[in-house]
Amino acid sequence: MSISLHNIGKHFDVGRQRTRALEPVNLDIHDGELIGLLGPSGSGKTTLLRIVAGLESADPDSGARIRFGDRDVTDVHVRDRRVGFVFQHYALFRHMTVFDNVAFGLTVMPRKHRPTSGEIRARVHRLLEMVQLEQLANRYPAQLSGGQQQRVSLARALALRPDVLLLDEPFGALDAKVRQDLRRWLRHLHDELGFTSIFVTHDQEEALELSDRVAVMSNGRIEQIDTPDAVYRAPANRFVFEFLGDVNHLEGEVRDGVLTCGEARLSVELPDGTEELLLRPHEVRLAQTPTAEARLPVTVTAISPVGAEVRVELEADWLGEPWLATVRHADYEQLDLRRGQRLFAVPRRWHRFPAGQPERAVMATADAA
Amino acid sequence: MQRIGDAPAVRRGLILAAVALSALFLLLPLVAIFAQAFAQGMAVFWTNVSNEYTVAAIGLTLFITVLTIPVCLVFGVALAWLVTRFQFPGRRVLQTLIDIPFAVSPVVAGLIYLLLYGRNGWLGGLLDGHDIQLMFAWPGILMVTIFVTCPFVARELIPLMQAQGSREEEAAVTLGAPGWTIFRRVTLPNIRWALLYGVILTNARAVGEFGAVSVVSGAIRGQTNTLPLHLEQLYQDYNTVGAFASAALLALIALLTLAAKAGLEWRAARQEAHA
Repeated sequence: MSISLHNIGKHFDVGRQRTRALEPVNLDIHDGELIGLLGPSGSGKTTLLRIVAGLESADPDSGARIRFGDRDVTDVHVRDRRVGFVFQHYALFRHMTVFDNVAFGLTVMPRKHRPTSGEIRARVHRLLEMVQLEQLANRYPAQLSGGQQQRVSLARALALRPDVLLLDEPFGALDAKVRQDLRRWLRHLHDELGFTSIFVTHDQEEALELSDRVAVMSNGRIEQIDTPDAVYRAPANRFVFEFLGDVNHLEGEVRDGVLTCGEARLSVELPDGTEELLLRPHEVRLAQTPTAEARLPVTVTAISPVGAEVRVELEADWLGEPWLATVRHADYEQLDLRRGQRLFAVPRRWHRFPAGQPERAVMATADAA
Repeated sequence: MQRIGDAPAVRRGLILAAVALSALFLLLPLVAIFAQAFAQGMAVFWTNVSNEYTVAAIGLTLFITVLTIPVCLVFGVALAWLVTRFQFPGRRVLQTLIDIPFAVSPVVAGLIYLLLYGRNGWLGGLLDGHDIQLMFAWPGILMVTIFVTCPFVARELIPLMQAQGSREEEAAVTLGAPGWTIFRRVTLPNIRWALLYGVILTNARAVGEFGAVSVVSGAIRGQTNTLPLHLEQLYQDYNTVGAFASAALLALIALLTLAAKAGLEWRAARQEAHA
């Protein structure tokens, strides 16, 4: 079921202060899509999700409208919206067994629509089978691990076969490995059951891996909404670029096509003036000698092999904050990297977000290698 | 390894002091009450307890308590719900107001009620015109007892409900549960132990209340005398055994209350282990 959000604004009155949680936001979600709302805390992503669920109401004065398919649900009570909601800390009913938790939605239905207890039992067991927890049906939530609890809460949310599934930081409180597994499993479930989902996260990796489209939010605004590939490769603005991954800064004075910063030099095709260039860690190459275009002397201060690549921390007098470079294991061995070693950083590409054009990224390739 | 402040001498000294003080101030008086009550044997004790006025006082005390508890229960749950689930101007003030009955001396509370609802009082004059008498009758006793005991349930519930938050109720409502069902199946089971504990405290206070009740009751023997008032009268009349027989009854109720409380805590702790 498609979801259409029109002019969803929200403010909170705290004491005499009025804080804007959401600028009026517009968002169209297609049927069967999995959308990630990504942003730092306080960006309004959870507020938006709760408004979609009906747990919070949008400001009425901005003309807010929420539609599920053809149904206008703006004024429909959360009880009748028929959304599945998965809470960050699971919110399982602590005094009920796993079975009773999952069955709850079915047992509170009006008597004339309610399935028989036999049907309920069969359906709950199917759901528990789906989340691979049949053998724990008689346990209490406190006896389960975090990952198991989250799976119960997912089964509970799916028991009423909602068309819309909303997840508030579903994996936030879990450890990395469990998180990875649950993510894959949720993606699989989503594709199989075909509901439309919105999930909230502050983890870029999670958003990029799981979503069909990512909505990056900050300060109550949607900064960009696009496929994970597009937001990563073509960030709409500096915030999106910085939020989606580690960033190295290079700030200096450009004169006659050369950017100077202390003893560092870099050829750039830019007009004269102060410039700030941004580079991703994988866009920094390390070399024994400078190139004709770049002469950026750095010292290796830390080396940590993480998975497929090696993360190298670089410092220099001309750098305010240390840089981070990721190199392949082959390069790491070839360069024979050691702490304290002096090398040259060579940018493969860089990005800039000129102050005058805040909405456009400008990129350039500085080095063919 | 020795922890800080865990020197053997200090530990032994503290334990000894605690035991000695408890025995002197808590245990000894309790023993004395029962010793006095049974000083002249079981028969005399029984004669005193089955005295017409004592039975009437016991009856009135139980009657007031039975009426007080449901009122305090509903009031406490509603108030705790309001304060922990909603944000509204004056919420903090309301939370402070709950404590007024604790802060005010019960005698003062009794006097205020007398001033308001007595025959010459602001509202009492009006009621008197309709031939309704609240003071120096059981309705007055009930009113001040409710005043004195109303914070107990709310005080027990508010911290618990604040800590538990409203996530489970939100989950229930997204699953389509109507308001009353949410209360019955989600909220109530989560607060039941605190609720029962609050009721036990309410009960203990309602049975034992003296100050406020003594002002509004008029202490008419056989009519408006509660057990604590009756006890005091017996003592004033130099009927020591009679007074201690009544005292023993009150102490017994207190001990039963304590036992119920301990039982509840034990059950709650067991519940905690799996829920």
